[in-house]
Amino acid sequence: MAVIEIKIELKKGVADPEGKNTKKTLEALGFEGIGEVKAIKTFVVELDMPEDKAVAAGEEMCRKLLANPVIQNYSVTVR
Amino acid sequence: MKAEDVRVCVIRIEGTNCEDEMANAFTMVGAQAEKVHLKQLIGQAPASMQRSLEDYDVLAFPGGFSAGDYVRAGAIFGARIKSAIGSDVKRFVEAGKPVLGICNGFQILVEMGLLPAIEETMSESPTAALYNNNSGRFECRPTVLRNDNRGKCVFTSEVPQKSLLMIPSAHAEGKLMSMDPDFVQKLEDNDQVVFRYVCPDGSDAEYPWNPNGSPSDIAGICNPAGNVMGMMPHPERVMTRFTHPDWTRGYDSEDGDGKIIFQSVMKYLEKL
Repeated sequence: MAVIEIKIELKKGVADPEGKNTKKTLEALGFEGIGEVKAIKTFVVELDMPEDKAVAAGEEMCRKLLANPVIQNYSVTVR
Repeated sequence: MKAEDVRVCVIRIEGTNCEDEMANAFTMVGAQAEKVHLKQLIGQAPASMQRSLEDYDVLAFPGGFSAGDYVRAGAIFGARIKSAIGSDVKRFVEAGKPVLGICNGFQILVEMGLLPAIEETMSESPTAALYNNNSGRFECRPTVLRNDNRGKCVFTSEVPQKSLLMIPSAHAEGKLMSMDPDFVQKLEDNDQVVFRYVCPDGSDAEYPWNPNGSPSDIAGICNPAGNVMGMMPHPERVMTRFTHPDWTRGYDSEDGDGKIIFQSVMKYLEKL
């Protein structure tokens, strides 16, 4: 049994309106010194297989559904 | 093919919510439109409800929030249909049958690799993305579209070139993106650009007339063959003058601006 964590984030250079809006609102709330804010999506998947196979399966999941390669990068780690 | 013989498959899953308007739009131009759940096409329905994609002449993906827009808008519907009947859909497209995707339907076509499809009919993984509007918000407003297609798209064959249509937009993810710096030029060269957002006077759109920040103000594209078209705005919502925003202020046609898109594809089918 393995638990993998799949992170989907926007590629460098792709505008992130969610991150930008969050930054604006945090600043409006009085938080200071904020640089870039990014929104990242995480999936946690339980898999009934050894860890190395689970990571490979997670990567295949990203290619087939979880990430759009045009705008997003993904990373898969064992939790 | 006579108009009354044209069978339209308006495909839906959970979360699709514009299937009634889409089916109604095709009915209004004389076709037989049927709302079909994906399960009916992949054998997961009682025998009397099972349908086969090849029995239809048009495949239409309506708007909505299919599968709750989880993962990415259109990704789940796209992956589900591709894994179950991807080869049937590919055959459908290669037979020259029209495929339309509106709003979430457009997002599904892009996620499935049926648009922009510059290199092949249906790419293995997406070659473009419809991503969050620049404003970071859901944008719901009338938009003005200019028909920039030079004649390839079967959904605009009756729309005069460079003419303007007022069609409402309602989406949160409508910015067409590609990492290819020559993307727009390639679409132009292949005559794949169908609609561009413009200001009401026809000049280049800026926000809010371009509601999402799409490059080159692109609102709708077709595949290189011209029979698959996706657009973010909703022509099925403006089939009569009464749903046009200016209908009480000198709007003199009985038809809404969206109707000509459905009439165009019927004209194309009648010639087959």
